[in-house]
Amino acid sequence: MAVITAPENEKATAKSAPVRGRKRRVRPIVLNLIALAIGMVIWNVGAALAMIGDLPGPGDVASRTGEMIGDGQLFENAWASLQRVFLGFLIGNAVAIPIGFLMGWYPVARGLLEPYIQFFRTIPPLAIIPLAIVLMGIGETPKVFVIFIAAFMATVVAAFQGVTNVDRTLVNAARVLGASDGVIFLKVVMPASVPFLLVGMRIGLGSAWATVVAAEIMGAESGVGQSMMQAQTYYDMPTIVVGVITIGVIGLVMDRLLLLAERRLTGWQETR
Amino acid sequence: MNSKISFQNVTKTFDLKDSVFTALDDVSLEIEDQEFVTVVGPSGCGKSTLMGMAAGLVTPDGGQVEVDGAPVTGPGPERGVIFQQYALFPWLTVRGNVEFGLKLAGLSAEERRKRAEQAIDLVGLTDFADALPKTLSGGMKQRCAIARAYAVDPEVLLMDEPFGALDALTRVQLQDQLLDTWTQQKRTVMFITHDVDEAVYLARRVIVMAARPGRIFRIIDVDLPYPRTEEMRLSPEFAQLRNEVWHAVYHQDEPQDAVAA
Ligand SMILES: Nc1ncnc2c1ncn2[C@@H]1O[C@H](COP(=O)(O)OP(=O)(O)O)[C@@H](O)[C@H]1O
Ligand SMILES: [Mg+2]
Repeated sequence: MAVITAPENEKATAKSAPVRGRKRRVRPIVLNLIALAIGMVIWNVGAALAMIGDLPGPGDVASRTGEMIGDGQLFENAWASLQRVFLGFLIGNAVAIPIGFLMGWYPVARGLLEPYIQFFRTIPPLAIIPLAIVLMGIGETPKVFVIFIAAFMATVVAAFQGVTNVDRTLVNAARVLGASDGVIFLKVVMPASVPFLLVGMRIGLGSAWATVVAAEIMGAESGVGQSMMQAQTYYDMPTIVVGVITIGVIGLVMDRLLLLAERRLTGWQETR
Repeated sequence: MNSKISFQNVTKTFDLKDSVFTALDDVSLEIEDQEFVTVVGPSGCGKSTLMGMAAGLVTPDGGQVEVDGAPVTGPGPERGVIFQQYALFPWLTVRGNVEFGLKLAGLSAEERRKRAEQAIDLVGLTDFADALPKTLSGGMKQRCAIARAYAVDPEVLLMDEPFGALDALTRVQLQDQLLDTWTQQKRTVMFITHDVDEAVYLARRVIVMAARPGRIFRIIDVDLPYPRTEEMRLSPEFAQLRNEVWHAVYHQDEPQDAVAA
């Protein structure tokens, strides 16, 4: 009996739960700030006592960050890396979405492409770098190429899964209203795949960002990874740490932006 | 004969791993224009398969299905289907869902809006026209699905256990509402249910099916006039019919005229 009446009760429970929870819980942001402060103290003490070699303290890193912002270096490095990521990510998704949809929609396409996708999926994009450099030289092309691979792999699988997971009854509901295959694809399959696509894109962007930095460390004219590599040869510890923090902050911001897009574009989903 | 839907010796089999399963075995059934029939029977007896053939979603292996005298070759907007799982497009609002079929029919935006508003009003969802399905209760979702089917004004309504997942109160409300709209605008309705009460209350004829193989077991005429009322639902005649259908559904291996007398 409880099962039958459940739909009518859904709203009531969903509304009352957070109200009860909020009173007991400490605000997460407060805990986050406390954690940050403790981390700073540990870092400071650790650096002062020289516990981990010559690790620079927060003060050194902060002043180096100021310098690097002042002379535009930080922005220049970040922009160089971001440009590569955006280019590779855009091309990767532009190619992956149609191919993934094709694989999900046509069993023949799936049969032909899936072995390759499954195989290349297991190879970390970084492992392609040596090959890409030999084949494409040391310019921008091999770097953008490996980022393309990283973004492509994540999205192609997501698009494919999105199509194969579309609820059959939704497809039938559209068919009985007179929808042709083309309309079903555009108006049912594509919107139903959006949540899968966005998850794939988030994974792809994270993987692309990790890949670009590594690619720059292996050799580049510019970029965050390159600046860290250069600092290493001069034993310039603060610059290396500034690089590490920059990578983290940019990665986090990009992830949050896509998460925001995900929330806005897939708000129609039933909460599970 | 004035048949709207005609099943002629239809057969459907499914190939299983090492056997062939007969879902429907030589089923013949004529449904008249503007008739309301309900289909009951044990789970797995082929009710959905039979309806799927009329909808054009399932192809028979043998025999023929005709609507208006023409063989069914695929789905079409003149045959509206309502599914048990609501099957609303979750990314569209109530209005968007109801307009979906109207858009496919090539109606102008203005005409679409008008027709959608009428259908939404008919099922009492006017205040929720701009709500997403996830914010609706089960009963409201099914109302929306009904509005979506009504909007394109189909001559035939095929309903597969549409109220099966709803609570008893909502179910009774939607039954009355369905009969109301059906009396105002007569369509041919084929309605699957597993609820014997519902089967008798709605139908002019109750088709009782049997399983293994799926076939028509008995057809019981419901000699109660429309409009159906609450008094009728509680009347001895209704109880008698309900017993008869119950017996036909749950005691298929016993002699059938035992309770009928
Ligand atoms: N696509 C399919 N493949 C194999 N068996 C199926 C398929 N569709 C239906 N069946 C079988 O056919 C029988 C009738 O199914 P269905 O028409 O859904 O029954 P009902 O709606 O009466 O419960 C069931 O036993 C079901 O398992
Ligand atoms: Mg069924």
